[in-house]
Amino acid sequence: MVTGGETEVGIHACDACLRRTHLLTILSPFLDRVRDRYGRPDDLLSLSDDALLAGLGGSHRRRLEEAMEGCDPTRCRDRIRAAGQRATCRHAGSYPSVLLDLAAPPAVVHVAGAARVAADDGVVAIVGARRASAYATEVARGLGRGLSAAGVTVVSGMAMGVDAAAHEGALARGGRTVAVLGGGADVPYPASKRALHERIRRAGAVVSELPPGFTARRWCFPVRNRLIAALAAVVVVVEGGERSGSLITARLARELGRDVAAVPGHVTAASATGPNGLLFDGAHVIRGPQDVLDLLFGAGARRASPDRDPSSLEPRLERLLASVTAGNDTLALLAAGGCETQDALTGLAELELEGFLVRGPGGVYAPTA
Amino acid sequence: MLPSVPTVLTRIATFALYALEPQRVWVEVDIRAGLPSFAVVGLGDKAVRESRERVHAALLNSGFDFPMKRITANLAPAHLRKAGPSYDLALAVGILAASGQLDPDLLAPYAVFGELGLGGRLRPCRGVLAVAEGARRWGPPGLLVARAQVREASLVEGVDVVGVDTLRESVEVLSGERRAPEPPPEPPAALAPPEDSPDLADVRGHALPRRALEITAAGGHNLLMQGPPGTGKTMLARRLPSILPPLTDEEAIVVTRIRSVAGLHIGRGLARERPFRSPHHTISASGLVGGGSLPAPGEATLAHLGVLFLDELSEFTRPSLEALRQPLEDGCVIVVRGQHVAVFPTRVMLVASTNPCACGFAGAGEGRCRCSETEVARHRRRLSGPLLDRIDLLVDVQRPSSGELAAARAEGSTAVRERVLAARERQAVRLKGLGSDCNGQMEACVVRATVHPDRAARQALVDAYDGGRLSARGHHRVLRVAQTIADLDDQPIVTRPHVLQALSLRGYEAGERLAA
Repeated sequence: MVTGGETEVGIHACDACLRRTHLLTILSPFLDRVRDRYGRPDDLLSLSDDALLAGLGGSHRRRLEEAMEGCDPTRCRDRIRAAGQRATCRHAGSYPSVLLDLAAPPAVVHVAGAARVAADDGVVAIVGARRASAYATEVARGLGRGLSAAGVTVVSGMAMGVDAAAHEGALARGGRTVAVLGGGADVPYPASKRALHERIRRAGAVVSELPPGFTARRWCFPVRNRLIAALAAVVVVVEGGERSGSLITARLARELGRDVAAVPGHVTAASATGPNGLLFDGAHVIRGPQDVLDLLFGAGARRASPDRDPSSLEPRLERLLASVTAGNDTLALLAAGGCETQDALTGLAELELEGFLVRGPGGVYAPTA
Repeated sequence: MLPSVPTVLTRIATFALYALEPQRVWVEVDIRAGLPSFAVVGLGDKAVRESRERVHAALLNSGFDFPMKRITANLAPAHLRKAGPSYDLALAVGILAASGQLDPDLLAPYAVFGELGLGGRLRPCRGVLAVAEGARRWGPPGLLVARAQVREASLVEGVDVVGVDTLRESVEVLSGERRAPEPPPEPPAALAPPEDSPDLADVRGHALPRRALEITAAGGHNLLMQGPPGTGKTMLARRLPSILPPLTDEEAIVVTRIRSVAGLHIGRGLARERPFRSPHHTISASGLVGGGSLPAPGEATLAHLGVLFLDELSEFTRPSLEALRQPLEDGCVIVVRGQHVAVFPTRVMLVASTNPCACGFAGAGEGRCRCSETEVARHRRRLSGPLLDRIDLLVDVQRPSSGELAAARAEGSTAVRERVLAARERQAVRLKGLGSDCNGQMEACVVRATVHPDRAARQALVDAYDGGRLSARGHHRVLRVAQTIADLDDQPIVTRPHVLQALSLRGYEAGERLAA
């Protein structure tokens, strides 16, 4: 019989921590109410199990206690194993030590995917708005690409917009990326990012504080954000309004002593007030992957490698690439510049296949630097 | 023992139209003593019932008598529904013969077809070409129609078509007192596109859509153009018929018949230009593919052998687009209504246009689009689905720059059409006996059997597939388009540049759908 702890390969979680995780799942509706009224459910998590039950359960306390008695840690482990996940609790040696910086470290960290969650070689969180502009997603994708190519792990929350773009960028170059989810690590949220979830699980890792199969609720997201902040050495905010979740992540990161950085946006854009405000308050300015690398490893210690070397191209493709980079980024503009339509079509497809260009909405080609 | 009452029974031939097919109808008129009445039986619709009033007035106003007796007219076969005013002339002539004002034996050599005005004038009715085909098939040898429709009816050989203006003239022709003049001969078919049709020479800039239109025309593909409002998507689509091969004689008859049945072709000869139909996006599913209790052709059939243009594709209702899928695949639509099975041909080239997002400005320069990623994705989802699977080319249409607008006249439709014709000939030779006559219609098995990319071209496809830019289904579409590009280049095998061009013409959409 398993009594507690590290007797099994892959699941290093003691009974108490598994119970604690179970408690959070049954307190879910009450935590939602706290989030809706006070906004910061993560503060509550430093309370003991009993205090949580007493404070949140109220008149439901008896029922909840009975529910807790039905919690069998062995079955919890079975379920984690059945979902193909690893798990480690804060008492285990394999627990990511960076999470212990938190006031309330997650009792158990569930991991789907083979990659190590806390790599030695630098971890950067890229967070931002879900309703992101094309500019923001392109910057996030570029950061993801550049950082992953330089051996840095990109952490984000797999949300629409900036988060997903950062993951996609990292997957395109080496795939060093970790998604921290609000619900179970096997439950893609948002559901439309199912394909992305699967790719991250294969190439990197998907992490959650909550057990497999648990569907995220409102309280989970601020709670999840504290994991993103703790895992990363640098948190980069790409876009977001004044009340955005990425600002919560940035604040938590600052409280934990992590570096906070931001990508400047239009000063007139409501969607950029978040990062612009952070910059005004002294956050680091990020113009590209190199700025993040300088922040992580010291100025000039590591160079962001260019994605591909254009000088390896045939002269006609190199000229075409130069023309696109110079702003002739649609076929119409290239044709107006004297390029034969058929040659342009052939060359653009070639450059796309080689990974020098990506085609965006409206048939606009952008260099992948 | 029945009383013996003197009666006169007469019958005259006319035709009904079911879907696109003619059906011979006998109009029998029986006049006997009794209270004056006039009944028309034989499943007529409201127009047929109202016919009684028109016939009554037309007879009197033409100087004939209207018998004040009990008149019964039957449209046989009585189980078929009859619709429309085209039975007027047959009813009037039948009454004249039954009442002794015209010798009933004179009715045999002619079928009559047309609507009567109250003054006795004969009005054109839709579907005369089909009616003339019915006369050739089942007789009688002569056909009497409104004079404006003689040219159309005469397209059918072997039918003695006579045009008349009034009821009185009809009676004169039937009784042999008068012979209508021969119709003017059909002018020879012009190979050049009609001069008033829009020409590609008017298009400034738009290098990418121009190329896409040429490939679309050459291979009979389907095309989707995506771009902000006002960039010229509709203008470009309207020019596609001008670079398509001209209709063959057989095709021209088919097109004329469809137009005629739909009432779009009154008073004209053979339709020489390929149809271009652009239904509004509020159209219903049956409006698009055909339907109704008496099945009528839909827009897809009206565009048969031509171009069906769906502007603002994302605004069409889901049911309409779903309804269009099967007809696009099969080249025909089958409408089943009670005892009738109507088959409408729908071999069209589909050209569609859409805005890239709800506001229309996604990708059109910084800051113009007001839509979030979710909204753009939702807009895309409306488009995706089975219909998009039938579309081979997806191009973005951008606003031409001021420099392009000021540029000299571009290449005209005639030059492009020559290349298209040459490419089509190559396809016809290669695809002979394989069930398709252009690359756009090739089934997957035909693609495998006839399209032979060289090694470098295959490598480009593999790279695109592995890079997630191509789905398994997209694979065949790229090959079809690459084959058309090779045909335009007059090259026997598909090489790497052909495949690369085809990949470029697949647009952003394709990759986006894979990721979703």
